[in-house]
Amino acid sequence: MSGRDVVLARVRRALQDVPRGEGPKDPPVPRDYLRVHGSRTPAESVNLLAENLVDYRAIVHRSEPGELDMLIMRLLAERGAETVLVPPGLPPSWMAAADPVRIHDRAASTPRELDAVDSVVTGCALAIAETGTLVLDGGHAQGRRRITLVPDHHICVVRVPEQVVDSVPQALERLAPARPLTWISGPSATSDIELGRVEGVHGPRRLEVILLAG
Amino acid sequence: MSVTYLGMPAFPEAAAASTRDPRLRANLTHATHTIRDKRAKAVTELADWGRLRAAGAAVKDRTLRHLDHYLEQLEAAVTDAGGQVHWAADAVEANRIVTRLVRATGETEVVKVKSMATQEIGLNEALAEAGIHAYETDLAELIVQLGDDLPSHILVPAIHRDRAEIRDIFRREMGHWGRPAPEGLSDSPAELAEAARLHLREKFLSAKVGISGANFMVAESGTLVVVESEGNGRMCLTLPETLISVVGIEKVVPTWRDLEVFLQLLPRSSTAERMNPYTSTWTGTTDGDGPRTFHLVLLDNGRTDTLADTVGRQALRCIRCSACLNVCPVYERAGGHAYGSPYPGPIGAILTPQLRGVEGSLEASLPYASSLCGACYEVCPVAIDIPEVLVHLRERVVEGGPVTRGGVRTVLKSAKGHAAERAAMRAAGWVFGHPRALRAGMRLTSRTRRLHPRRLPGPGRAWSDTRDLPAVPAESFRDWWRRTRGTSSGSKQRGDGE
Repeated sequence: MSGRDVVLARVRRALQDVPRGEGPKDPPVPRDYLRVHGSRTPAESVNLLAENLVDYRAIVHRSEPGELDMLIMRLLAERGAETVLVPPGLPPSWMAAADPVRIHDRAASTPRELDAVDSVVTGCALAIAETGTLVLDGGHAQGRRRITLVPDHHICVVRVPEQVVDSVPQALERLAPARPLTWISGPSATSDIELGRVEGVHGPRRLEVILLAG
Repeated sequence: MSVTYLGMPAFPEAAAASTRDPRLRANLTHATHTIRDKRAKAVTELADWGRLRAAGAAVKDRTLRHLDHYLEQLEAAVTDAGGQVHWAADAVEANRIVTRLVRATGETEVVKVKSMATQEIGLNEALAEAGIHAYETDLAELIVQLGDDLPSHILVPAIHRDRAEIRDIFRREMGHWGRPAPEGLSDSPAELAEAARLHLREKFLSAKVGISGANFMVAESGTLVVVESEGNGRMCLTLPETLISVVGIEKVVPTWRDLEVFLQLLPRSSTAERMNPYTSTWTGTTDGDGPRTFHLVLLDNGRTDTLADTVGRQALRCIRCSACLNVCPVYERAGGHAYGSPYPGPIGAILTPQLRGVEGSLEASLPYASSLCGACYEVCPVAIDIPEVLVHLRERVVEGGPVTRGGVRTVLKSAKGHAAERAAMRAAGWVFGHPRALRAGMRLTSRTRRLHPRRLPGPGRAWSDTRDLPAVPAESFRDWWRRTRGTSSGSKQRGDGE
């Protein structure tokens, strides 16, 4: 017998107490928990997102479309970034004012090449206000998972209010499981040494979020 | 690495040593109290916590009652998405499968995400025997691995180490494994984390094979979920060409929507955060993004035996949050190593004897590693009634009874090692059944109280080594009652047999 047959046979034998007529979806699951905690206007949800992002030590900026390129330029300059990764779908206007050399992520580029890059600029799929979470799904303006991981500085642009949801249940409704997802809540952190929080072990140590209105 | 949990002494002996280590007790008390206070605050933020908890328990019960269905559905979905599924009935088979898969890549080094399942099966040791080097990349697991040590907490495996010990381990060991610790490394947590970052980055950037576990697997979509903080998980899940995930069969949940329950319950219960810094999900392979080859090894290793026990089955709901460890008075004093498995604390006390059977002396002692205070049940986000299972397992140990081992139904004899305990319980039963003897004993105890030692002699010593003996009152409660109320109540207490 294969391992598969052995395990499945054991499972079935172990479950002889389950009545024959009971279907897989029959055991009841109460879904009376909340879809959202509290009620907020869209603007209040954006404020809550900003508050929770800051609580996890992300740096939050607000911007209007006309000034986004200048803000991105300034943030890159403050970091002294000489090279910046841009995903293929990033709107060119976002980077119109940026000085650093733009690096395009290619399938052939090695992790070591990415490691030499100073910063990365991306969009996101959505953001969750109640938890202060950004979700990336590889879609437009986001690129592959590794580009927001290896460089030490990540600037993420969230279109508000349309990309902001209130809660985890609302987020899952809007996400497709077939895509690889990365949920980001503040910069990389560890509490493994006497439970003191230290930012930045392997992921970007500096996470800047731009809330882009309009 | 030769360190394993095999051959660990029974809980009382192991705990007798650990409770006398003042540094360990101080580290543990600080850590468990810090997390438990933060957790309580994080949970209060959600008005529907009780309902989420009930939903979490119900989703897991639904899955467990039809586990065969959901596993087959998961297998089909993972395969459709480009992954390959393997089934392992026990640790030996799982290790053989993983070793074969790594060998097929031609690589001799792998990077690992923190995973309870791979610790449970001793994967690192099995790979080492095959000449394959496995690098732990979670900071705490790195500390444990470099220190030739064992993890002692589910969430923070190096909780028993303080910063000075960690600095010493890094200075001494990092050079043997790769990039040495920086010159003049201090014991500041920021510097220690930086040293780990530099040391591990070399491994991440060159690794061709990654090994992980998973927090959840979604049957309907074939999606795997890893919840973490540091980004080492993301590194291992996305940079290598081949990804191998070893996951216990109980980690499956039916639907994508079910994650809305667990992604709220888990972070707040384990790290007391609204959300952990990083969560990764993947479904098979994605062209041009992440590993080109994905293997899922579904692990039984005693889980179906646990499933067969209708009382003990609920232990398989566990989502490994570790909240029960942080509130447990026994864990706080004994530390994680005393439990002799990767699963310490109250959940370990019920999971380990079920996964391995209660026949061994360690396993037979674990259901007794508890005061049955019930705090573990109160905090459990999936409402596992740990005290109920502990009592059930104690009965198994003492009385024997029907169990399933390796998929075979059998009847367990009562454990010989616990004959003394049975005799003690019988003696207690006799005393309580003969009140005159009880009363005489109490009077004798009161009158000789100045002569009582601070430590008990003989078998009682293990108990009194780790506790202060209660002072014996000058008068027994019964005598006090009789003296102060006995006459005024006017009725003689016929019930006490005099």
